[in-house]
Amino acid sequence: MKPPAHNQPAGNTPLLSVRNLRIEFPTRRGTLVAIDDVSFDIARGEVLGMVGESGAGKSLTGAAIIGLLEPPGRIAAGEVLLDGEPIHTLPAERMRKIRGRRISMIFQDPLTSLNPLYTVGRQITETILTHRDIGEAAARKRAIELLAEVGIPAPDQRVDHYPHQFSGGMRQRVVIALALCAEPELIIADEPTTALDVSVQAQIIDLLKRLCRDHHTAVMLVTHDMGVIAEAADRVAVMYAGRLAEIGPVRAVVQQPQHPYTRGLMGSIPVLGADVHRLVQIDGAMPRLNAIPPGCAFNPRCTEAFARCRS
Amino acid sequence: MNMPAQTPAPVPDAPLLLVEDLKCRFEVSKPFLNRVIEREPRRWLKAVDGVSFTIDRGETFALVGESGCGKSTVARLIVGLYEASDGRIVFDGRDLGQLQSEAERQRIRRRFQMIFQDPFASLNPRWRVERIIAEPIRVFGLLNDDAAIRARVGELLTQVGLSPADGRKFPHEFSGGQRQRICIARALANNPEFLVCDEPTSALDVSVQAQILNLMQDLQDELGLTYLFISHDLAVVRHMADRVGVMYLGRLVEVADSRTLFENPQHPYTRMLLATIPDIKMEGKRHEIVRGEVPNPITPPPGCTFHPRCPLVNDRCRSEAPHLLPTARGHLAACHAIEEGRQ
Ligand SMILES: Nc1ncnc2c1ncn2[C@@H]1O[C@H](COP(=O)(O)OP(=O)(O)OP(=O)(O)O)[C@@H](O)[C@H]1O
Ligand SMILES: Nc1ncnc2c1ncn2[C@@H]1O[C@H](COP(=O)(O)OP(=O)(O)O)[C@@H](O)[C@H]1O
Ligand code: SF4
Ligand SMILES: [Mg+2]
Ligand SMILES: [Mg+2]
Repeated sequence: MKPPAHNQPAGNTPLLSVRNLRIEFPTRRGTLVAIDDVSFDIARGEVLGMVGESGAGKSLTGAAIIGLLEPPGRIAAGEVLLDGEPIHTLPAERMRKIRGRRISMIFQDPLTSLNPLYTVGRQITETILTHRDIGEAAARKRAIELLAEVGIPAPDQRVDHYPHQFSGGMRQRVVIALALCAEPELIIADEPTTALDVSVQAQIIDLLKRLCRDHHTAVMLVTHDMGVIAEAADRVAVMYAGRLAEIGPVRAVVQQPQHPYTRGLMGSIPVLGADVHRLVQIDGAMPRLNAIPPGCAFNPRCTEAFARCRS
Repeated sequence: MNMPAQTPAPVPDAPLLLVEDLKCRFEVSKPFLNRVIEREPRRWLKAVDGVSFTIDRGETFALVGESGCGKSTVARLIVGLYEASDGRIVFDGRDLGQLQSEAERQRIRRRFQMIFQDPFASLNPRWRVERIIAEPIRVFGLLNDDAAIRARVGELLTQVGLSPADGRKFPHEFSGGQRQRICIARALANNPEFLVCDEPTSALDVSVQAQILNLMQDLQDELGLTYLFISHDLAVVRHMADRVGVMYLGRLVEVADSRTLFENPQHPYTRMLLATIPDIKMEGKRHEIVRGEVPNPITPPPGCTFHPRCPLVNDRCRSEAPHLLPTARGHLAACHAIEEGRQ
């Protein structure tokens, strides 16, 4: 029996659907449950923000979707559906095809996605050639167009430069061009601006937003920064200790957070013009995986907890 | 039990810290042989290039700016971790470059401390927390008997929101936020008056950041501390600082009290920085254009170093560096356009 697909208009297959996902790590001292019963959908062209403290499980969720979970980590329950088709059970070879073609990734450190020994042009051209049926010259022309599209000045010259000849912000633009070249339906961007300066971050976010609108690409935007979510996402999922605390349209979650954790989180962020004397403080810390309390994982830190929350 | 403060009577109106035309350059030349073969001159990076500001007693002065603009270098110069190439640092009326004896240096050094960004790297992993916190007390010899030191360590741990029993543990047994509390306890061990805090919460999650910022404010109220607070997060700076200095490529481009700076930014770079702050409450804010990146500091642009990114640039900006001058609004800004009234 399938659970109902919430937050999604009925009768419309979402591009991505994650259902009751559970990720476990078997260890000598027992099994750690890193992700527990997480469900959400992403519609075509939608930007879903995934926010939470470090260790909340954001990256693991992303890795599970694209089939890059590192063993011994494993999907113990639940499913990942792309356009209604399960992809979490696909053999590695077929998953690799999907990963290049239909889902692509952007990571925090642009250098992990770029090969230092090849020019950026060669890397983009090769990716285009693997995924699309066009000739070498056309692929190179497309590479230059893509560099122009992500805002690299003088792209016809820069195409022959190596990654180390670009600044951090420019490299992340190149990575975005690389992620776009197969014209994927979904991009999973894991902290794409965390390593960048604020002025560069603002530009990269604008770029991502514009590109997704133009290409109608959906994005799962993973970040610990609520500001980035507010600027870029349509809906947001708030993770805490491997679970979803809250999911909803960004404006609603930001302006009227429902979950006590989200409320605390929003209050703890300094905001310009708010002139609060003291920030809201959530005492304590997120529990480790081997010490997640029964009931609601947030209950020991929650000022509103009652008996039912503890069981 | 508190130690005697041993502070000489302060000059009432003088700033606690005065930094004047501070400069620090690092050599980034290729190795000698390569230089000779490739006929290249020695090359220098001006990490801090003529920075002046003052900090009053009990005040929080913040330095803000993007990566590489020289914030940490200023911090390290003040606490003596780097040597200045030029300029003066005057603490409570005494020029730190002119101290006569080792004893005098020790007496002054005790009065300011630094807290670093990375609470993981700055604690010795093999020492118990009590030894980590006691170390500065032993170094400065303010307390000598073990029982008194232990009592003081317990008091410090309590002050930063941990328990005296935590002294028996090792750093790895604590979370990031708790480790930053330990760093703060260590910094407070000798009753300093002045704390240099270099991105104290940048490595922490926002909810933990709130705990640490609240703690820092409580300690300031309780102990009358003066802070130099360094951050690249403008909203955090607005929340913490009384006055703010904005840095760009080794120089201060604008200095103002916090409210004025955020409500009425004058310098084009400050305006651009403010435009990068996400509109987290989604109230719909005006968007100024953010463009370009910080250039390579080894070969900074001539004239005003911000000119390649500036919407108000003219010929003068390309050749002549602006100085920090008082503006009509009573704060300081280094910009020809402001001076010429063409904004
Ligand atoms: N020991 C050093 N040798 C050479 N260059 C250095 C050294 N320390 C700092 N620099 C350079 O000096 C400039 C200022 O560095 P600094 O660390 O003060 O910047 P910052 O404002 O603290 O940046 P961040 O926000 O990244 O911490 C940078 O260009 C940096 O690369
Ligand atoms: N290989 C692993 N073995 C055991 N635990 C892991 C492993 N990888 C991740 N985890 C744990 O899973 C949780 C979620 O991790 P992650 O998804 O990386 O968090 P986030 O991206 O939200 O910071 C964390 O508690 C982390 O320690
Ligand atoms: S001096 Fe000129 S280039 Fe520099 S900030 Fe002012 S107007 Fe812009
Ligand atoms: Mg992560
Ligand atoms: Mg720094």
